[in-house]
Amino acid sequence: MTAPITRRDLIGTSAAAAALPMPSLADAPAPAAPAAPAVAALTINGQVHRVAIDQRTSLLDALREHIGLTGTKKGCDHGSCGACTVHVDNKRVLACLVLAHRVEGRAVTTIEGLAQGDTLHPMQAAFLAHDGYQCGYCTPGQIMSAVSLVEEGHTQSEAEIAEWMSGNLCRCGAYTNIRAAIQDAARAKRA
Amino acid sequence: MYIGQGIVRQDGRLKVTGGARYAAEFDVPGCLHAVLVQSTIPAGAITGYDTAQAERMPGVVAIITHQNAGALNQHKAAQQTVTHPFLQDGRIVYNGQHVAVAVADTFERAEAAASAVRVRYAPSEAVTVMDESALSRAYKPKQFQNGEKSPDVSRGDEDAAFAGAPVRVEATYETPVEHHNPMEPHATIAMWRGDTVAVWTSTQGISGVQETLASAFGLPKESVTVVCPYVGGGFGCKGNTWPPATIAALAARHVGRPVKLVVTRPQMFTSNGYRPKTIQKIRLGAGRDGRLLSIRHDGFSQMSDPMLGEFSEPVGVVTQMAYSCRNVAVTHRVVPVNQGLPTYMRAPGESSGMFALESAMDEMAHALRMDPLAFRLANYAERDEQKDKPFASKGLRECYSRAADRFGWRQRNPTPGSMRDGRILVGWGMATSTYPTNRRPCHARIVVRSDGTVLVQSGVQDLGTGTYTIMAQCAADRLGVDIARVSAQLGDSRFPQGPVSGGSATAASVLPAIEAAADALLARLAALAALDPHFAQVPPADIRLDGFDLTAPGRRVPVLQVMARAGLHTVDAEGSSAPGDAYKAHSCHSFGAQFAEIRIDPDFGTIRVSRIVSCFEVGRLLNARTGRSQLLGGIVFGIGMALQEETLVDRATGRIVNSNIADYHVPVNADVPDIEVMTVDAPDLATGALGAKGAGELPMVGVAPAIANAVFHATGRRVRKLPIRVEDVLA
Repeated sequence: MTAPITRRDLIGTSAAAAALPMPSLADAPAPAAPAAPAVAALTINGQVHRVAIDQRTSLLDALREHIGLTGTKKGCDHGSCGACTVHVDNKRVLACLVLAHRVEGRAVTTIEGLAQGDTLHPMQAAFLAHDGYQCGYCTPGQIMSAVSLVEEGHTQSEAEIAEWMSGNLCRCGAYTNIRAAIQDAARAKRA
Repeated sequence: MYIGQGIVRQDGRLKVTGGARYAAEFDVPGCLHAVLVQSTIPAGAITGYDTAQAERMPGVVAIITHQNAGALNQHKAAQQTVTHPFLQDGRIVYNGQHVAVAVADTFERAEAAASAVRVRYAPSEAVTVMDESALSRAYKPKQFQNGEKSPDVSRGDEDAAFAGAPVRVEATYETPVEHHNPMEPHATIAMWRGDTVAVWTSTQGISGVQETLASAFGLPKESVTVVCPYVGGGFGCKGNTWPPATIAALAARHVGRPVKLVVTRPQMFTSNGYRPKTIQKIRLGAGRDGRLLSIRHDGFSQMSDPMLGEFSEPVGVVTQMAYSCRNVAVTHRVVPVNQGLPTYMRAPGESSGMFALESAMDEMAHALRMDPLAFRLANYAERDEQKDKPFASKGLRECYSRAADRFGWRQRNPTPGSMRDGRILVGWGMATSTYPTNRRPCHARIVVRSDGTVLVQSGVQDLGTGTYTIMAQCAADRLGVDIARVSAQLGDSRFPQGPVSGGSATAASVLPAIEAAADALLARLAALAALDPHFAQVPPADIRLDGFDLTAPGRRVPVLQVMARAGLHTVDAEGSSAPGDAYKAHSCHSFGAQFAEIRIDPDFGTIRVSRIVSCFEVGRLLNARTGRSQLLGGIVFGIGMALQEETLVDRATGRIVNSNIADYHVPVNADVPDIEVMTVDAPDLATGALGAKGAGELPMVGVAPAIANAVFHATGRRVRKLPIRVEDVLA
């Protein structure tokens, strides 16, 4: 299977282009109009959503603006903050760096798909118990990363958790509580 | 009693399941998307726009510039320091100023259209950076602290005292431009119905947004509805109503459809203020006995073009009360440059000013060969000597001793560079923290519903501080009902008016209003019960609420039965509060002591914070769980200030070069060490009924100087400019 083209690839391309001698912005041609929106069938939390979206639409914007799943957050739209972390085929991925059309046929899990009915996922319960947030905006991304961390086996020590959670920024500074929550949930899973 | 307990956040479940809706997440049918276009020169005038190409792009509804935006009034509201709404004229005063907005049916199309708008400029000379050479442009702020205080304050004769002081320290300190970078960018959805407008917006002050939009569009306040149930972090940059909110409403009016405008992360660096760069000149005089004889603190802070409003970083306000000293002089000046308007950022003035003062105190302690803590104790202020008022409460001595004991301060070898762990240099530093206790007028309502639930409502905001939860705790306590029945609602201008969530004032403002509302509700329920045959002949004053029953000696009737008999589905009452005489008669402050341990690799110069121990005196801690989180979070913010955060500007173009959250460094998980916080739990009854003094800003004050002082202790190098970097400590 080939890796999906991500927006990081596109950003990389344009960054390389920017290094070349460039005419002034005022002379630059306007970006070419993209092809018309096309329908994508996206499998989100086990449910198929058919949405007419632009080729440029990120998975993040597809979720938030077209499917109404706003639990996945946009903090930077450039892969720097981790707020948009979701799972694609059970691996953590930054939804802002993935084009929505490229995840057709793959299983996307968002924060809304983590709980079983009224029963919170153990990681959600641990964040609640440890107050692993304040404003809550980075929280869905933190929890999605934290769930992956346990799967990846990166929860052996507090230092390891801190290192592997460093792609998820929390400006409120709930880091010590986040580490405690992950340690608890990981311990419970091992037990 | 629920107050004080570590009750789990009422909004916690929504936050961990993705159910909490932030401003950009409300589903408004037919909503269009707007993307801002920003200037690419730092000064000059717009000579024209080429918008035809953008207008022809698919899905584009409008390109709005100052030529077709229509007139707006100035922004005007209580505590609003941002006065210019933009898109009103062609004047450019900074790079990144809003010059147009593209509106289209999808976000992608609006973004593409915004990038296709061409703006023609006639550039003019610009001064883009505040440095020593720019200080000649300094002037005295006209609206210092909202015009409530004087920028220049003194007592005694500082000049003479300094001249005669046996030991003198004189130095200049610098703090950089810093950006708040809340995780949630600014966002507004605006929807007009006739001459009324509803906005969902990310703000620390819904009543300020209401007043500002009413002033900008010439509407009565009641015609503006503002909704903001969750704020994804503010830290000050959502305290004012910034132009993007106004522009969203303008765009929605222009196109006749609802419009959503989300500020991008790079645009966040030029859209909603920042902590201005400061240059601070401090001189201290002391006797050989360790008593301060004089303090002088001259602060310069970066300002924008006064056309946009005014803000100055009040670095020297804290200097006036921090220590006992007869001769004190403080001045504040602002230096206009071609950058956006600065604003409040977490502990504005206190965090930046205390970096300078507490570094200077450490320098003086070293000059006196005194222990830094002993030096502070020798100059402990028993009262506010500038205001000449007693402190309402001051538990700083206990903070010092508890944190010092826990940290192990007594084991500190005072000689710089003397403490090592193998080849790693270890430094121990400390600093004082203080922050004023602010309190503002506030209103609240409590509603009992026929399903047995109780709603407590106020037009305040929850920035993640736990406001929802403490509101419910307070109402449940005052009414004497199970907290499971009580839920809080806030962030809606249709609720009784609350103040801006800034200055760590929300808890101290809203809780007394809730208590007043609860008392009014109890009186109303008693009056209703008195009409019930079960309470025949019982005066209302003898009827009490017990659990969820109304009782009098020998009688007990459920509240819901009384309501049903009266044919009522709801019973409600409102209450208000404002700072009282006791508050005004005192100097009201919270206090703390910060102790930091850092480790420096002598070969690479890398500085790591390895341990922080702090003790805070915040009056009554209202919720042990959320209160602790606030204290921890403030310390993390301080670590960023000390070692990481700095907004960098290209001098030639005035453009911010690290306008993204990868290059603007904020602390990540691995940057944050073991932090231990303790509190002195002592209700401050002069402040308000529950005695909470505010905990949001205090914990970041003193962190940066404690770390800077630890760097000196580890290396013997005094770094007077933040953030402290590898090159500052390399030999």
